[in-house]
Amino acid sequence: MSNDFAIEATELVKTYPPDVRALDGLSLSVQPGTIFGLLGPNGAGKSTTVRILTTLSRPDSGGARVAGIDVLAEPVRIRHAIGVVAQKHGIDPEATGRENLVLQGEFYGITGGDLRRRVGEALERFALADAGDRQAKTYSGGMQRRLDLAMGLIHRPQVLFLDEPTTGLDPEARADLWHEIERLARDELMTILLTTHYLEEADRLASQLAIVDRGRIVVQGTPDALKSELEGDTIQVELVDAQDAAARLALAGVGGVGDAALDGRTLHARARDGAAAIPAVLAALDAHGVKAASVRLARPSLDDVYLRHAGRSFHRADAEHEAVAA
Amino acid sequence: MTAVRQTWQVNLRYLRVLGRQPAYLGITLTQPIIWLLLFGALFKAVTEIPGFHGGSYVDFLTPGVVVMLAVSSAGWTGMSFIEDINAGVMDRVLVSPVWRGALNLGSVAYAMITIVIQTALIVLLALALGAHYANGVGGVLILILVAALLGAAFASLSNGIGMLARQRETLIGAVSLVLLPLTFLSSALMQQSLVPGWIRTVSKFNPVNWAVEAGRSAAMQKLDWGLVASRVGLLVVLVVLCAAFATRAFGTYQRSL
Repeated sequence: MSNDFAIEATELVKTYPPDVRALDGLSLSVQPGTIFGLLGPNGAGKSTTVRILTTLSRPDSGGARVAGIDVLAEPVRIRHAIGVVAQKHGIDPEATGRENLVLQGEFYGITGGDLRRRVGEALERFALADAGDRQAKTYSGGMQRRLDLAMGLIHRPQVLFLDEPTTGLDPEARADLWHEIERLARDELMTILLTTHYLEEADRLASQLAIVDRGRIVVQGTPDALKSELEGDTIQVELVDAQDAAARLALAGVGGVGDAALDGRTLHARARDGAAAIPAVLAALDAHGVKAASVRLARPSLDDVYLRHAGRSFHRADAEHEAVAA
Repeated sequence: MTAVRQTWQVNLRYLRVLGRQPAYLGITLTQPIIWLLLFGALFKAVTEIPGFHGGSYVDFLTPGVVVMLAVSSAGWTGMSFIEDINAGVMDRVLVSPVWRGALNLGSVAYAMITIVIQTALIVLLALALGAHYANGVGGVLILILVAALLGAAFASLSNGIGMLARQRETLIGAVSLVLLPLTFLSSALMQQSLVPGWIRTVSKFNPVNWAVEAGRSAAMQKLDWGLVASRVGLLVVLVVLCAAFATRAFGTYQRSL
């Protein structure tokens, strides 16, 4: 493995008893100073990947290097080089914001005046200066997330891991956090690995994107490249009944329309010129006895990229995971 | 040096919680107060059994209750680890380079501090009830030290079990399961020469009994330095073993992730 990448994972495999294969040969590489988005539904393996790359957990097989250091061989060195903001925030609710930051700094061996200065700066920068001496349990969700991020950055890590950082935040707090994440990459040249199951978040923040499904990366590229791979428009037809075979057969005969896929009762297809293709699509469906309830035209989104590469829509994958988990 | 600093910082985290809710100490004292009053009244006639030579029953019972208090108080220590695991705090801490031993020792130090405060209050209550401390303040300090040592061992044990089980119910079950048998299989409530031979044999291996014997000898009876030193020695070994177990439990927890 070369040292050119800030994060490099090779063929990570992780299984949980009895036979859940959380990671099934996941590989990825992240350029220094970029935001890398790991996009996937719940249960795809994003958090497991982060846990392994941050030394919390070990893979059954495979290897990884972060900031040029072998994750499995030198976990303690890695811990000094990385910052982690996990999905569940790790704030002590009984302690004040300042106390949380001080304890975090001490854990990284930062002490005395240096620590006091960094804590003061962090509170200032994350707009927590007034709330710094209040118990963290009195903070709003957005404030807790900011404190979380401040704690993850107190030792000035080279590589930052953000695991679903905006889950559960209101739109305003989410926008704030996006702003801050962009700033970290742009002004401080930090390498950031961000996991998310919000398509728009990945689209907005990530310069490189990998789509994870069932423990593997199914496709990787810039968001624009992934989207432009899907030329033209997306046609979405809501069907009265889910008639997979008939619907596909119908669309097969329509010129300029391809990649038909049925997801629940929604038929997705791509067309070079969507507006022009719609009448033909509806006529073909009608001819095959497939009733359409509504039709929609959209520019390709990451949702379409996901559907194309994972073979199921994002929301469906999420729902399937929850059904299995329940 | 870093190890000591980090241990102190972890300890400080728990002390601050106590400082914000000092009433918590009072709540945890209700149980030993009930033991002292209830057992004291219930077993008052024990002193009339031929062969009993412990002075008044309050004299005999006080070291027993002090040690029981240490065990039950320390037993709950692992609860905050379980809370930390559930809240995500533990995972954040474990991806930092903090010395794992400090996480346990800081919490154990806190358990010892609370036990010292709690047992001191019980000692004063017993004094009000007529207990006679034969060797004065020095003897009482040894009793409290011995209780804190036993508490340190049980606090580590509780932390280790908390890390491995990760469920409050398991820890509650473990504490309830252990407290009464360990007490009854010791001389906490009844003089050794008056209990069945098998209990006497078992109690030789019971850390609760080591603490009761040393504490009682130091605070209530003619101070037997040999006995106190040997029991304290055993307790120190136990404290080290339990701390090693708790520190290793972090690794076991991480391997299960």
